[in-house]
Amino acid sequence: MKTRFKWRNLYLWLVFIVLYAPILFLIVYSFSQGTTMTNYHGFTWAHYQALFADSRLIAIFLDTLLIALLSSIIATAVGTLGALGINNTTRPVTKNTLLALNNILMVSPDVIIGASFLIFFTALKIPLGFGSVLLSHIAFSIPIVVLMVLPKIQEMGTSLLDAAADLGANNWQLLSQVIVPYIMPGIFSGFFMALTYSLDDFAVTFFVTGNGFTTLSVEIYSRARQGINLEINALSGLMFLMALVLVIGYYFINQYSSRHRKTVRGRH
Amino acid sequence: MQQKQRLTRSTAYFIPYTLWIVLFVIAPVLLLIYQSFFNIDGQFTFANYQTYFASSTYLMMTVNSVWYAFLITLATLLISYPTAYLLNETKHPQLWLLLIIMPTWINLLLKAYAFIGIFSQAGIANQFLSFIGIGPKQLLFTNFSFIFVAAYIQIPFMVLPIYNSISELKPSYVNASRDLGATNWQTFSRVIFPLTLPGVKAGIQAVFIPSLSLFMLTRLIGGNKVITLGTAIEEHFLTTMNWGMGSTIGVVLIIAMVIIMWLTSGRQPRKGLTK
Repeated sequence: MKTRFKWRNLYLWLVFIVLYAPILFLIVYSFSQGTTMTNYHGFTWAHYQALFADSRLIAIFLDTLLIALLSSIIATAVGTLGALGINNTTRPVTKNTLLALNNILMVSPDVIIGASFLIFFTALKIPLGFGSVLLSHIAFSIPIVVLMVLPKIQEMGTSLLDAAADLGANNWQLLSQVIVPYIMPGIFSGFFMALTYSLDDFAVTFFVTGNGFTTLSVEIYSRARQGINLEINALSGLMFLMALVLVIGYYFINQYSSRHRKTVRGRH
Repeated sequence: MQQKQRLTRSTAYFIPYTLWIVLFVIAPVLLLIYQSFFNIDGQFTFANYQTYFASSTYLMMTVNSVWYAFLITLATLLISYPTAYLLNETKHPQLWLLLIIMPTWINLLLKAYAFIGIFSQAGIANQFLSFIGIGPKQLLFTNFSFIFVAAYIQIPFMVLPIYNSISELKPSYVNASRDLGATNWQTFSRVIFPLTLPGVKAGIQAVFIPSLSLFMLTRLIGGNKVITLGTAIEEHFLTTMNWGMGSTIGVVLIIAMVIIMWLTSGRQPRKGLTK
């Protein structure tokens, strides 16, 4: 039994190492003197200094963050209201149709979303740039918010709402003081997912970004096509840190919500 | 029911979401289909479809794209299923799962970029090959590297749904199967695998469809040797500006997607259970 157990762990560790090795590899070389990712030439902060001196890249970084924050805030608002609306539909046919439409953008390949949005923006004569990228990011983030929020709404049940309504709460009070606080963990998960979708997106942005505006992903793509540049490694080090912060944040929200659920149900 | 009526009475809050569905879900797809009937000069034509179905280049490209997506999905599945299974047996599965998913938070382009370094002529992969006596090989810009990197990127998306269905599997079924004298293989093939098939299907869906459209990987890692449907669409839209042909390939990709969704839909597992 004991040796078998070790084999199992070995496999998991192997997968784990393979998953992280390339990322660590990038970060290690971000501290290497020299210009290639082949031989480690000794420690240096030079690439990080170059990164912070690169005002163009910093502007792109801030644009990317702005797009991510704005799009996920708007997508969270629209998606949460949408989830409430879907939950309120009485006919199952309407509900299923709405859910199917909701999921179209979740399963569509990025190129289809990008290409069809490009046609859409061109047809409406919306100029390509910040606005079109923001609209696209809002659009592809909404369905994930709905999927994160809807289960929380369904879990809420009707007795809580009945009680609030019986006690004389109006629609707005019902929404702001009963429903939203209850589904908050779902809203937060949706917001975080939208944020990561936006930060991670390349293909859709690549289609709708036009000439003047770029996000980090698009910039990394065009630089990577030109070959190795250790400044990108330094950038990946920073983005790894950012991802780490996001993951830890998401983890704690999940922990909180599952603990909350456990205390509510009084089980486990 | 009372509060339901209350809420439905004001439907104003549902307007943004409905607008989103109309403008960003329905309209773009219709526009894409509409666009596929126009040639590069803006005239209405069926020529795009004629060209597509008459040209062996386009048809071979489609077959190739599906074949590579199949290989990527297979490789991902073979690695992910045992991972998900073993994950479920660890003491802290949630923590392990989080560690498996965390690489997806790193930008896809950065991961692709890492492999440009790893697979390069004097890169660490070739250093390793030299060290074990095989000698350096051309790794970057090969079909192998494309499949490897694509599978690497997709593994977490396959592990997650499979893990979810494995964690829902009741151990009592497995115990019952063992008690009734089934071998490990029989228990796996007759009990565990059929019961976790919905997770496998969800994973295949999550991996296969994006694999048809990974144009950045075919460019950065595949060295344009592998042309997927996604690469062709990107090429037509952003390089040759032939939106009509690009949309036609887009329609083909949508049809491929619908077929895959239909094949992996939830109807089949029940059949597997009653067998």
